[in-house]
Amino acid sequence: MPTPAAARTTGDAHPASSDADSPGRVLPEADGPCNYRVMGIDANPRAPSDRTPGPAAADGRVGESTMSGVPLDAVYGTEALGVPGAYPYTRGPYASMYRDKLWTMRMFAGFGLAADTNRRFHDLLDAGVTGLSTAFDMPTLMGRDSDHPWAVGEVGRAGVAVDTLADMDELFAGIDLGGVTTSMTINGPAVSVMAMYVAIADRRGTARSALGGTLQNDILKEFQAQKEYIFPPAQSVRLVTDLMRFARAEMPRWHPVSVSGYHIREAGSTAAQELGFTLANGFAYLEAAIRSGLTADEVAPRMSFFFNAHSDFFEEIGKYRAARRIWARWLRERWGARDERALRLRFHAQTSGVSLTAQQPEVNIARVALQALAAVLGGTQSLHTDAYDEALALPTEHAARIALRTQQVIAHETGVPAVADPLGGSAYVEWMTDELERQAEAIFAHIDELGGGSMLDGVIAGIDNGYFVGEIADAAYRFEREITAGERIIVGVSDFTEGGASQPSLQSIDPKIEAEQRARLDAVRRARSGDDVARALDGVAAHARDPVRNVMPAVIDAVHAYATLGEITAALESVFGTYTEAAIA
Amino acid sequence: MSEGGAPDALLAEATDGSRRALGRLITIAESGGPSADALDRAMVGRPGPGWIVGIVGAPGVGKSTLTGRLAAGAAGGRPAEGAPRVAVIAVDPSSPLTGGAILGDRIRMQGLGDPRDVFVRSMAHRGAAGGLAGAVPIAVRVLGAVGVEVVIVETVGVGQIELEIIHVADTVIAALSAGWGDAIQASKAGLLEVADLLVVNKADRHGAADAVRDLEQMLDAGTATALGPDETWRPPVLTTVATAGTGVAELWTAATAHRAWLIATDRLARRRDDRRRHEIGRRAIDILAREVDQRVAALGPTAAAATPEEAARRVVRQVRAGGD
Amino acid sequence: MTPDGLPIRILLAKLGFDGHDRGLKVIARSLRDAGCEVVYLGLRQTTESVVIAAEQEDVAVIGISMHNAGHLTLGPMMVQAVADAGLDIPVIIGGIVPAADVPTLKSAGIFDVLGPGTPLETVVATVHAAAAAHPGSSV
Repeated sequence: MPTPAAARTTGDAHPASSDADSPGRVLPEADGPCNYRVMGIDANPRAPSDRTPGPAAADGRVGESTMSGVPLDAVYGTEALGVPGAYPYTRGPYASMYRDKLWTMRMFAGFGLAADTNRRFHDLLDAGVTGLSTAFDMPTLMGRDSDHPWAVGEVGRAGVAVDTLADMDELFAGIDLGGVTTSMTINGPAVSVMAMYVAIADRRGTARSALGGTLQNDILKEFQAQKEYIFPPAQSVRLVTDLMRFARAEMPRWHPVSVSGYHIREAGSTAAQELGFTLANGFAYLEAAIRSGLTADEVAPRMSFFFNAHSDFFEEIGKYRAARRIWARWLRERWGARDERALRLRFHAQTSGVSLTAQQPEVNIARVALQALAAVLGGTQSLHTDAYDEALALPTEHAARIALRTQQVIAHETGVPAVADPLGGSAYVEWMTDELERQAEAIFAHIDELGGGSMLDGVIAGIDNGYFVGEIADAAYRFEREITAGERIIVGVSDFTEGGASQPSLQSIDPKIEAEQRARLDAVRRARSGDDVARALDGVAAHARDPVRNVMPAVIDAVHAYATLGEITAALESVFGTYTEAAIA
Repeated sequence: MSEGGAPDALLAEATDGSRRALGRLITIAESGGPSADALDRAMVGRPGPGWIVGIVGAPGVGKSTLTGRLAAGAAGGRPAEGAPRVAVIAVDPSSPLTGGAILGDRIRMQGLGDPRDVFVRSMAHRGAAGGLAGAVPIAVRVLGAVGVEVVIVETVGVGQIELEIIHVADTVIAALSAGWGDAIQASKAGLLEVADLLVVNKADRHGAADAVRDLEQMLDAGTATALGPDETWRPPVLTTVATAGTGVAELWTAATAHRAWLIATDRLARRRDDRRRHEIGRRAIDILAREVDQRVAALGPTAAAATPEEAARRVVRQVRAGGD
Repeated sequence: MTPDGLPIRILLAKLGFDGHDRGLKVIARSLRDAGCEVVYLGLRQTTESVVIAAEQEDVAVIGISMHNAGHLTLGPMMVQAVADAGLDIPVIIGGIVPAADVPTLKSAGIFDVLGPGTPLETVVATVHAAAAAHPGSSV
């Protein structure tokens, strides 16, 4: 296996990275698959059709014995315990789990201008990665242009700035969209960004059916936690459904929704709430798709999940196992799904950003390692580990590398991947799984009641009456009070504070980027046909007004005419209105 | 800008349009005590607001959003100079343990036109004896004194606190939300006894039609002589979707019809007179209560010979003799 | 409490697109538990909406929570907006602010900066100190 070092790219793409004296700028608390410039690569570069071997052993047999040579079965347990890869998938979605294929060590890119990120994409592809992951800057995440009054100071910082099709074209310049999978972490303006991606593929003659990847597109959790919403809840769900239908018809390889609990947890929820609220959101999307004419078997296989990997080790493992069991049961019993791919919950995990401390930051390495281990023992399909210096600012190359190495140690040195669901059968872990399932069921019952028998209506009602934000705020407050009362210790912060003064060197972003992006935007505006844009935006509004029509074709037309992200958002807003959160209790 | 000790100067500035002065005046009103008394004295002779509307209802029915819509619609922009035409007082409960409060109603009033068009003030209940924030009546006087024409008082809470709205408002709107038998809850909470208008908000939800029907039936049955504050005015039942603005203009029209009826039947003046008497009586009781408390605290160890009733009568004699 | 025993009124808000309000809500509850009246403006505020609210609500302290990079721009902007309106209300910033930036913010007129991990008691004490240091901003 080629060493990552051989394919390492250098830090020259971001001029400020060597400037240790410049004041740090801050990274938003890890919203989604993390938005940082990473120097490493996927540790298992492989052609798309290969199955990656598990941890290698000296004699060439992969990961089937201990370090000392003791042969291992693929899974252990009693018949009553069940096996991974069999309903209800408590023990894992696949029979062999990591023996067949390690979890994906996911590396992200997204910063500055499209050209900067494009260079990074090429570096990663050259190193053998076949999956790209894109983070967007704050104005883009909010569906606004780089010259919006609130964009000041944000352009190109937390991710790449995308205003028009020209940016998307440059972002993927020289990349065969049919030959890679692309993950895009965006929610509110997801239809616009997806439309741009599709439009570029169309222009290049790449078949839509060849496009593979993931869109986060999970708007419900925005109202509950991350707050990157634009339109009101019901209208926002309509856009999600439009995208799901479009993907189903045009891009069958695409995952149009990644139902996320990560942000809910970062906002302060308990593990049970993360589990319950996330799966409830998943049920809600499923119901929305079904109402629009699709079946559970058609929709669920392309839904993926994204969970937090937090600090309480066994609680997390129980959470992941409970998630799989709950999803399988509900899909089969409530919605009559039959297809195994619909019943099998697969997820990506990210270690908790909010658990990182600014004090004694190197200690975060230990935290992340343990959180990552919990995710692996819980059977994650994909994992992102945070860098130790992320509490305050963008991670340095050094810290990001350690984060990757952490996963590689787990994968190749601990022997953990050799056996599937190794903690299955532990009295404690089985009890924890059952307990979290029980707590999640209580949440489902409440939401179901709020919705008069519909999970979709219940989630919307819960957003409307402040149920989710209230529960999360209460849990966050309880947690803080426990720390204040000394009942809960945060190492380095509330106790064991000796040795805490070191400040890691922090990254910053070149402020010229903002000016450059605004200039690009102006140039596009000048070059395009105002009439075409106006006509196309009218089309977007017309499609939006009719609940039966799918907005996607109209949005695709609009991006072809070089309507900006902000203009498309405004057109939709004129029909849907905006959303103001209710006050906290 | 003048500080707290000069109510006349602050009143002049606020009448001229200074938001800051008006905010400071309401703080003075809220603080009670001698400075609030001085402020009240400075306002003697100034007219109150032309109309005071109260909006009550259980938490979660969408009162704040509805209030924001009504206020923005009623304001219709702001005058070229002077204070805004419309003000909102949003009352929220204070924690009985700590005395603190989270006042979040004004969030829902944002994004509806220019924030300068409507003066919004959040007030914590501060444990006012007998219900609604004790300072609301004087705050309303302040707003009227500087030229505000319409004051909307929005209050959350259940039971007693909501019923107190009749001691503040000319017209009371009781809001319910569609679903969950809210109409029944409303009648239990006594909302129907104080309401001049009833509005079912979130009317795009399932159950709105049922709620309207339930309310009309209760009104038909004329349950209890206390149904509606006045036998000859039957509260109309309306529906709104406050988030979308649907039905809000109609609600306002119906409310203004109530005001017109109050004036035409001479009831407006009578209600205001009743409210003033109520406030005077409440304040008198507060004064007496303080004096009673002082004298009771000063009592020696209660002698076994005197009954509590006898001791109480002695305290009352002392208070009466205390003069003033 | 103010010297008269009245609750301190404090305004809490976030400016612009930043949606991380976990800390802000925890602080709102802490201040309520400490007897403050918290005028909670929440997300997506502008310096203008904060100033208008501060005037109408006659608050003694303004608390702005920041989690993105903007503190060096937005912090001074907030202070300037308050001064331009002729108000004497201290501005406190809370959230993700590197220690290295605190002196810059203070010399721009920010009363204090409460970084990550600040104990809740310190937050409450800072609010009290701010209110006491600016008696003109309350009755």
